[in-house]
Amino acid sequence: MFDAMIKAVNKRDRRTVMQEAGFLLLKLCILIVILSLGILIFYIFMRGYKVISFDFLTQSPREGMVEGGIFPAILGTFLLSIGALIFALPTGVLTAVWLTEYADNPKFVRMIRVGINSLAGVPSIVFGLFGLMFFVKFMQFGVSLLSGSFVLGILILPTIIGASEEALLTVPKGFKEASLALGATRWETMYKIILPNSVSGIITGVILSVGRAAGETAPILMTAATFYTAKLPNSVFSKVMALPYHIYALMTEGSKKGQTEIAFGTALVLLLLVLAINSIAIYIRIKARRARKW
Amino acid sequence: MATHQGMRKNFIERILPLIASVSLVFLLGIAVTLIAASLPVFKSVSLQGFLFGKEWIPTAEPPSLGIWSLMVASFYVTVGAVVFALPLGLGSAVYIAELASPRVKEILKPVMEILAGIPSVVFGFFGIVFVAPIVQKIFHLDTGLCGFTAAVILGLMVIPTISSMSEDAISAISKDLRNASYALGANRWETIVKAIIPAAKSGIFTSIILGISRALGETMTVLMVAGGAVKIPGSIFSPMRPMTATIAGEMGEAVTGSPHYHALFAMGLVLFVINIIFNLTADYFQKGKRNV
Repeated sequence: MFDAMIKAVNKRDRRTVMQEAGFLLLKLCILIVILSLGILIFYIFMRGYKVISFDFLTQSPREGMVEGGIFPAILGTFLLSIGALIFALPTGVLTAVWLTEYADNPKFVRMIRVGINSLAGVPSIVFGLFGLMFFVKFMQFGVSLLSGSFVLGILILPTIIGASEEALLTVPKGFKEASLALGATRWETMYKIILPNSVSGIITGVILSVGRAAGETAPILMTAATFYTAKLPNSVFSKVMALPYHIYALMTEGSKKGQTEIAFGTALVLLLLVLAINSIAIYIRIKARRARKW
Repeated sequence: MATHQGMRKNFIERILPLIASVSLVFLLGIAVTLIAASLPVFKSVSLQGFLFGKEWIPTAEPPSLGIWSLMVASFYVTVGAVVFALPLGLGSAVYIAELASPRVKEILKPVMEILAGIPSVVFGFFGIVFVAPIVQKIFHLDTGLCGFTAAVILGLMVIPTISSMSEDAISAISKDLRNASYALGANRWETIVKAIIPAAKSGIFTSIILGISRALGETMTVLMVAGGAVKIPGSIFSPMRPMTATIAGEMGEAVTGSPHYHALFAMGLVLFVINIIFNLTADYFQKGKRNV
């Protein structure tokens, strides 16, 4: 590339020099971005992997958090994500079904769409405030797995709707017309033809949103999470520990030696978990696109 | 019989519009909840005093509940983040859309998408243990936990948003425009700068607005990294406490029903309103793009 630039300078072709310089700048941009994120992952990995062991993943914290493991936090994050899905998956997919197949009043559709887009832009801490007021206090669920699951569910709803809608729309019109021509009802066509043919797209969206739910901290801060609880959750009304909140709490509460090390281990577990979840989602999408029959 | 069956809707089909309204209902629910929980604060402070009051001492008796310094802090870190993220995000987008070979593109796009999923608390953690000490050394500061560090990390988080949306906008530009530009004698760089980017500007603009809205609403990073000082920041290198961080950091201590408690909800309402405005603007520009 530098050769090309020098050559261009020799030829005094300023336009080509500009072009080479511009391209170099663009390459620099993408390099800085990938490198910064690479350093983040590498640094957390190098400081965190020593902390992770079988015990770290399967034991409860001991000795005021500086010994033992983070099993309750892993379990809590798992339960919160599943809880969020139980609410958001059916709601999201059915919303997408309605939007793509049944909606006929343009004004109503426009309103719903503005609602979905706006919901997607609500700051995560505001979801937390809403959850505190509505689920924790008004519905009297308390600071609990249930409150946290609902809040996270609402948070990922727009993502699931968007992904499902996109997946439903990729199914060729001919499939639907053929099914209707054979005498199937709209609903039969939907759940026997359109949904099965878009399932991989929906799954991709769902998995990506699970990754998002697992990593969110602010919404569960006031609705579900606790720094330490002696027992594992035994009902939907239990407070839970969660990986992201655990990292935050270790870095901001107390100042015992060893907290930072545990935080490194926890951060690495969360990072690997989320990266793995996202990678699986995107792998499924790539596979499905290649295998597509139409 | 068949037509009859075709026309009849089953139970699920009947309730579909209700299910589809859930998002809208929750959005309105959030608005109503925030308004209801905010209003009592105006018994202790006027609207003007709340928005433009320079002192935030919520636990004093009587409390000072002016959020101006917190809004200025939010402004600093958000603008800083976008200044940092815009060139890098847009540059990456142009590279992926225009320069990268199909093979490289096939790798870069999913990699960016996967990286976009890194949780904010991990960014915040990375900020404390890695970025802050470096910033402190380079700029000879008392502490590396300041607005600048927060802005850099927020910028990093916002890059995937700006990059992926801008890339979509650039890729959507028709081949005709490109060919017309080449036919007029422009080289690839001139085509990118003078034809393609101007043509994709509404998409790029949308991506910037959504980037701003994401940076403004981001909580954990600024809570962990921005330093937390409650006064009008002297510069981007001062420790500061944006609105989101204040809500997250103080809600645990605020006594339920106190002016402090309601003030935090009012701050949430301010954030909510600003973000809705940003999103509706982005929505409007995207709609404009579709009509072209």
